[in-house]
Amino acid sequence: MKGMHKLEIVHDGQAGPNASGSVTGLGHVARAGEIDVSHGTILYLDAVTVSFDGFKALNGLTLSVDQGELRCVIGPNGAGKTTMMDVVTGKTRPTTGKVFLGQTLDLARMDEPAIARAGIGRKFQKPTVFSHHPVWENLELAMNTRKDWWAALRARFDRPAQRRVEEVLSMLHLESEAYRLAGDLSHGQKQRLEIGMLLMQQPRLLLLDEPVAGMTDHETMELAGLLARLKGSCSIVVVEHDMDFVAELAGDTGRVTVMAEGSVLADGTLAAVRANEAVIESYLGR
Amino acid sequence: MAAVIAPAGEPSAPRFSLGLPERPALLGRRAWIALAVLVVAVGAGAPLCALVLPESHPLHLSAYGMTLAGKLMCYAIAALALDLVWGYCGILSLGHGLFFALGGYAMGMYLMRGIGRDGNYQSDLPDFMVFLNWKELPWFWHGTEHFAYALLLVVLVPAAVAWVFGYFAFRSRVKGVYLSIITQAMTFAAMLLFYRNETGFGGNNGFTDFKRILGFGITQPETRTALFLATFAALVLAFLLARAVTTSKLGRVATGIRDAESRLMFLGYSPLGYKLFVWTLSAVLCGVAGALYVPQVGIINPSEMAPVNSIEMAIWVAVGGRGTLIGPIVGAFAVNGAKSVFTTHFAEYWLFFLGAIFVLVPLCLPRGIAGLFQRGRAM
Repeated sequence: MKGMHKLEIVHDGQAGPNASGSVTGLGHVARAGEIDVSHGTILYLDAVTVSFDGFKALNGLTLSVDQGELRCVIGPNGAGKTTMMDVVTGKTRPTTGKVFLGQTLDLARMDEPAIARAGIGRKFQKPTVFSHHPVWENLELAMNTRKDWWAALRARFDRPAQRRVEEVLSMLHLESEAYRLAGDLSHGQKQRLEIGMLLMQQPRLLLLDEPVAGMTDHETMELAGLLARLKGSCSIVVVEHDMDFVAELAGDTGRVTVMAEGSVLADGTLAAVRANEAVIESYLGR
Repeated sequence: MAAVIAPAGEPSAPRFSLGLPERPALLGRRAWIALAVLVVAVGAGAPLCALVLPESHPLHLSAYGMTLAGKLMCYAIAALALDLVWGYCGILSLGHGLFFALGGYAMGMYLMRGIGRDGNYQSDLPDFMVFLNWKELPWFWHGTEHFAYALLLVVLVPAAVAWVFGYFAFRSRVKGVYLSIITQAMTFAAMLLFYRNETGFGGNNGFTDFKRILGFGITQPETRTALFLATFAALVLAFLLARAVTTSKLGRVATGIRDAESRLMFLGYSPLGYKLFVWTLSAVLCGVAGALYVPQVGIINPSEMAPVNSIEMAIWVAVGGRGTLIGPIVGAFAVNGAKSVFTTHFAEYWLFFLGAIFVLVPLCLPRGIAGLFQRGRAM
């Protein structure tokens, strides 16, 4: 029960000037519960180590993601990519090191729901939707509103809220499935519904763990297009094995981080990391 | 997909409309009519059959029949309460007998004080205190001679016990079978505590020999009828309250906790508050059921907290169909109706029958009796 649980997170999806009126500057006021991106960085991991019984899943990982950036993270199995996401979303506590959202929010001191309310959305490898709820209820539950029990008891599903659900349903082409139980959807439809739930959440930072696993090539490219459209309105970190998908997302200029053995092996454009000797050695192969 | 997505913030209204009400109706039109018919039938029928018709009339409702029906309705309220946490929030409690008994004990304290000087020892103190050679009332008995205060205790004591237990259990993220075992241990520990004479609740004899409630003789047909009607009203209100909770967004979040708790947490919901609300509400309903049970049955003792009682409650819900509100009510009537038949005709086979239900229902009727009807409707 930290102080910020009660605060509502309001944002317009854009980086605005801070309270002092300048984008950056001395003496600007940090407001509780608001993400301070005055230095352009939305996520910052500093020397994060996670040990499980002596095994270091993360070993001094230092990584920063800029506001509005789409970052791809690749690496061999066991490199610590999923552990990194667990640390950011509060599922795993770092043994040592710092994890900050913006300049001020110390994620290592917050629990999962508080981190989600602060503006981090996460998509799991396996689509997880509420299978006994209709599609519209899945989206309603994800909506960015007050999340405490008292508000939920009195909540009304009013017109503006219904309109937002309708918009996302149209965007996902799931209108005809609105009243079906989410558990009855096909795998691809579930994937789309889960993306839709993340859109309802209006996150500032989106973490996607192997989002195209089990998707057809067509669905993969559709998802790449959808993520490209989100670029700018929120920052995205994608962990992925599928190099074609990474190439589609990163383009010629996007940054790609290669992880190995719990820390960063290389960092740069896809072409640069592909040419990196160490990366070829440990991951891509000759 | 990407090619047809409308840019964010485009003013054109979407063609598709959900058209849902802001809040779903508490009950459909036909359900309201059915409920109204039931209320009128029971509300007028029970007093008529019990008080107006002579004993020789075939429709006469005997004291035994009325008490049995009242008892079954108390069980139905308890089953409904258990279903709220189990069927809708995924928390299987095997300790709800404790909350039932606590409500019963709170009412029992008032009934004990109501005996006055009519007890065996003609003392102001309840008989068991005289027997223990106590000279004055323990502090927690003060005020229990007032009916309103007793009602307050009926609600507050189960609520407080449930809240404190729930807070520590849910905050520590104790779930599933571990939570069930702890709830079982909770009611067992309470039973041992209440068996002790020093605890101040009559030890293993508990409370009995009640004389009157609100000044009316407790065995009078009129009083029995009033208690029966009060229980029926409580059952109807509990059903409507449960319906209001489960159709609210809180109810949808609770079922989300049941199905995919971690997904819900990554959407920003803290399950603690939701679980505590549903858990505490359930305990209060169970306490009210116990409070109505005691004056009709005429006794409350620590055996009500025995682990097997709480397990039986779970069987009522499983048989009736968890995750529906009619199911647990039907289940409580069906299982206890069967129990009454068995214990009068072939008493020694009752536990075998109960065991058979426990094995066969999950195998043959995974969604209980209510599931049978849902399937029928879907076809």
